[in-house]
Amino acid sequence: MTTTTEIAEQAGTDAPGPAAVSGWTATRLVAEREIRTYVRMKGFWIGLVLVLIGIFAAAILPGVIGGGPTSIAVVGQAADALQEQAGFEVRTVADADAARELVRNEEVEAAVVPDAQGNPAGVRIIALSEPPMDVIAALTTAPPVDLLEQGDVSAGQRQLVIMVFALVFLMFGMGGLAIAQSTVTEKQTRIVEILVAAVPVRSLLAGKLLGHTVLALGQVVLFAAAAPIALRLGELDGLLTAITPALGWFVPFLVAGFVLLGSLWAIAGALVSRQEDLGSTTGSVTMLVMLPYFLVMFFSDDPLVMTVLSYVPFSASVAMPVRLFTGEAAAWEALLALAVVAATAAAVLLLASRIYAGSLLQTRGRVGLAQAWAGRN
Amino acid sequence: MLTVRGINRSFGERRALQDVSFDVRPGRLTGFLGANGAGKTTTMRIILGVLAAHGGEVSWNGKPLTAQRRRRFGYMPEERGLYPKMKVAEQIEWLGRLHGLSRQRARDNTAELLDALGLTERADDTVEQLSLGNQQRVQVAAALVHEPEMLILDEPFSGLDPLAVEVVLGVLRKRARSGVPVLFSSHQLALVEQLCDDLVIIAGGRIAATGSRDELRERYGPNRFELVVDQDAGWLRDHPGVRVVDVDGPRAVFDLDRKGTEIEQEVLRAAMSRGAVRSFRPIVPSLDTIFKEVVR
Repeated sequence: MTTTTEIAEQAGTDAPGPAAVSGWTATRLVAEREIRTYVRMKGFWIGLVLVLIGIFAAAILPGVIGGGPTSIAVVGQAADALQEQAGFEVRTVADADAARELVRNEEVEAAVVPDAQGNPAGVRIIALSEPPMDVIAALTTAPPVDLLEQGDVSAGQRQLVIMVFALVFLMFGMGGLAIAQSTVTEKQTRIVEILVAAVPVRSLLAGKLLGHTVLALGQVVLFAAAAPIALRLGELDGLLTAITPALGWFVPFLVAGFVLLGSLWAIAGALVSRQEDLGSTTGSVTMLVMLPYFLVMFFSDDPLVMTVLSYVPFSASVAMPVRLFTGEAAAWEALLALAVVAATAAAVLLLASRIYAGSLLQTRGRVGLAQAWAGRN
Repeated sequence: MLTVRGINRSFGERRALQDVSFDVRPGRLTGFLGANGAGKTTTMRIILGVLAAHGGEVSWNGKPLTAQRRRRFGYMPEERGLYPKMKVAEQIEWLGRLHGLSRQRARDNTAELLDALGLTERADDTVEQLSLGNQQRVQVAAALVHEPEMLILDEPFSGLDPLAVEVVLGVLRKRARSGVPVLFSSHQLALVEQLCDDLVIIAGGRIAATGSRDELRERYGPNRFELVVDQDAGWLRDHPGVRVVDVDGPRAVFDLDRKGTEIEQEVLRAAMSRGAVRSFRPIVPSLDTIFKEVVR
């Protein structure tokens, strides 16, 4: 019926005016403006390049710095097999225990000792955390390898990956602040009155969220694409195999988490009238970003805490990908947690659109949550 | 035609608008006059749907005003607003598209408006780089870019230098001539007097008077005349039906008790019987006078 009325109304005018803007067109235009404004800021590019440099540096630098001849401790005749080979710095030691000690102290990268069990190779290699591929290759027959610490990736690498996940989460969580700032700018400059007269309030909110989600997603995809390249350049193929599935999960988690936090940032922005007052409402949102970050950083070794964190909507976006990476969580767990985050995001979004509409035109002072909820008039 | 009927609005206990009714006719500039706090901005916000009315109706060509239709209105809010860090042309074009123009049409209209407003050279500057007067012109462009079917402008001339007033006035007149109803508020009475065809006067949230400028002059202006004779005009003080406002030798300004040519001609004959009459003319009341009369 509405359509019929509209057509009748249009037919009544002399000159055809511009077509009425649909909600989606308005949303798209608002999003487009947000993106355009944001990518013009120097800070955006500086941040992006810094993270990319960081990813490559973390993957490549240890390999480059740790390069050079591999040092090995050797006991008895086991040395003979390696003596002729180039590229090794061989230290002869008295017995297997002494060699083991040197490995533990990281004075040598591996030890070659006679094997008492009499395997075909006749020797045994001892290393700290990873099989020394070059040493294995140098020996004509492949001897069994004893790893003193188990795992596909070293403890250091594991910690590094968790830290990168947490940092990326922190970066995007705090990146939502741009939504709050953009909202306050519109209130402070009063352009909001023109905007509200032109498009529905929910299109303004949706456009802002869409724009910043696209920006965030674009960056995550870029990082997710850069990480394997960096890891391959750094010859960390083992780590690459371990990280790939987690990286794949991280993307949808970050997007859902971003919509959730972004809605809260939008509320924080709509409740105040000046940039200077933004701090009074953004504090609690900042907590919701910082808290999961610190909890994941501190409790990454505690399976119980991590399991709980991976289902709490605000921390799931970082805790679940970390658990997937460490191999603690199954795929169904990831799906469940993603559903929890998405459902919470949808609920908060509904809440935000009402509060947003109720507070956007109050351009004096701070608006109470209850007042905003009660409606715009 | 825009029709406002019986609009009420309260803010808490305070009644901001009470039974506000008036029309804005196509092709005419309608001035919306009132003291500060009289309810001009509230009324305009209600027409635009930015604020809800507590009763009453706003209609467009006889049908209730829809949100879709409102989006084709051009609005210049009292508190100006533009994105400070966005370029002038880009911003106007974007606002045009937000109102439903195609990219190309938005671009063409923007170029045309910036040219008419003398801003072409500033098209690539950000808004914050402009002087306040120029920002104001950009604000006018923002209200006009989407070829609005109705213009609602809250104090469009405040903050403009005389030259800019002329420029903006020219642009608004052109729109009005093309059949667009224009409602604008102002407290610069001299400007409104020279500018508008119709008047809506609001006081204390109620409409005090509406009508064409000439009608209102007729209705509310005092029945005032000026007489210049050769000798002293002091005799007018004792003439029946005459209230002298000022006598200065041969020149007198006076009000007549009644309207109509009969008493006017009677006074003129009395003057001529006393000697030569140099001048006898009605004094058209200024808007200022009418405003004070109506609002009192």
